Amino acid sequence: MRATLYVFSREMKSYFFSPIAYIVISIFLLITGWFFFSTFFIFNQADLRNFFALLPLVFSFVVPAITMRLIAEEMHSGSYEILLTLPVSLRQVIVGKFLAALGMVCAMLIPTLAYPVTVALLGGVDWGPVAGGYLGALLLGAAFAAIGLFASCLTRNQIIAFIVATIICFGLTLLDRILFFLPDSLAGVLNYLACGAHFKNISKGIIDSRDLLYFLSVGFLGLYGAQLVMQEKY
Amino acid sequence: MIHVASLTKYYHDMCAVDGISFDVARGEVMGLLGPNGAGKTTTLRMLTGFLQPTAGSIAVKDYRIEEHALKIRRLLGYLPEAAPLYADMLVYDYLAYVAHMRGLQGVKVHQRIVELSALCGLAEVMHKPIAEISKGYKQRVGLAHAMMSDPEILVLDEPTSGLDPNQIVEIREIIREIGRQKTVILSTHILSEAEATCDRIVIIHQGRIVADGATEDLKQKTGGEKTIHITLETDAPATVQDTLQAIDGVRVMEVREHAGQVDLKITTAPDRDLRARIYQAIKAQDWILLEFCQQTQTLENIFRQLTQEN
Repeated sequence: MRATLYVFSREMKSYFFSPIAYIVISIFLLITGWFFFSTFFIFNQADLRNFFALLPLVFSFVVPAITMRLIAEEMHSGSYEILLTLPVSLRQVIVGKFLAALGMVCAMLIPTLAYPVTVALLGGVDWGPVAGGYLGALLLGAAFAAIGLFASCLTRNQIIAFIVATIICFGLTLLDRILFFLPDSLAGVLNYLACGAHFKNISKGIIDSRDLLYFLSVGFLGLYGAQLVMQEKY
Repeated sequence: MIHVASLTKYYHDMCAVDGISFDVARGEVMGLLGPNGAGKTTTLRMLTGFLQPTAGSIAVKDYRIEEHALKIRRLLGYLPEAAPLYADMLVYDYLAYVAHMRGLQGVKVHQRIVELSALCGLAEVMHKPIAEISKGYKQRVGLAHAMMSDPEILVLDEPTSGLDPNQIVEIREIIREIGRQKTVILSTHILSEAEATCDRIVIIHQGRIVADGATEDLKQKTGGEKTIHITLETDAPATVQDTLQAIDGVRVMEVREHAGQVDLKITTAPDRDLRARIYQAIKAQDWILLEFCQQTQTLENIFRQLTQEN
């Protein structure tokens, strides 16, 4: 448990002592801020639905940018050998690194709390969907971070790790929009696999156990996959 | 202390380590010697639990590695080849991180770092990023990292590779210092290093052990033929080889001529001292003897004999 915490804190420091954290957070805030406020005044509605609707798409390339270095960089520099010969288990390493990525997702989301506050000044905000939206954003971030971590285990090249993770995350995000090609029976199953619908439910403020289960299982699968890949490699 | 039995590792179809067995006693400094690609690093990586062996067993103090991997890691300090440390961290922060990971807490962390800083001579670089310090200092930080929890066993993979001669001497001194109390396993392809630091040497070649023994024993055991270097001045260089070869038990290995001088390298049969006979043969021809020296079998010769076959 303690080792997990030290892995986590080392990764967090590594994010914030280098420019990565600041660059990723700025890009995230620029993109979401621009898309959100450019249409905000047109609709004349005091809610954050557009902001949350955009999140899966933005997350599917911002979160892989956070996670791409987690394992790939260590394998590239060889420091992975030192990490795994310290008295820590592989699971502690993976969970620690995953939590650090989740910490970065939180660090990105915290400045966006300014949006609901701004909106609240302009008109009454329904805080239920906002709270739901942030919960959903966290779950989505966690699921994508687990996928990113898995991709980072596959290769020592960070760019490949980024692309693989982005493809998987984009795929999950866009899956429900391309289902009209498919027969209904198949579409039903695949629709459950798409993260869009699950996220939409939560961001409306409806917390359904099916949606929670979806994000938790995607996260679990990503981390478990990461562990299997590493065990297979060494 | 450490028991390794028929350890084998395949990378896909390539056999890197082929049935190695050895025991290391407490307090021993063992050198794993071999040419590049002999399987030294792979052996050490399996010993530290970083790689899974394809077959064979490893036990450290009665703990088998399959069941007690974490316990063994606590007993071991490991310096990987080329010390791959986190380049973005300050030396002090890095050592503090390792100390925490190894279970040190509170004031002990700082105390231990100060101790190691004195032992490894790190005071000057403590507050520099690892990316900016020289190779020699990096190696020393790696050594401090390995010794952090004062482990009973130290595993060092090529601890002096890439260092300059002064740094090599320093690191060797540190290792010898540690070796007084701890069990040390180090790998190297530099013979003089193994000779200078190790009590015992295991030579491996193509994944197999080809020699295993105390450094002194090893030197004596394989001391079959003796090599003699001779330099002569003569008017008839062409006859030199035949004259010497006529002596029973002498074989001329190498002849070089330049400016009226002849350099010879000859070997003599084992357990016979032929130096007097050779001298008399030279004297009989009235050649001027400039140099005459018999080489004792060095570790280098043994190493070359054992690892150049095939």
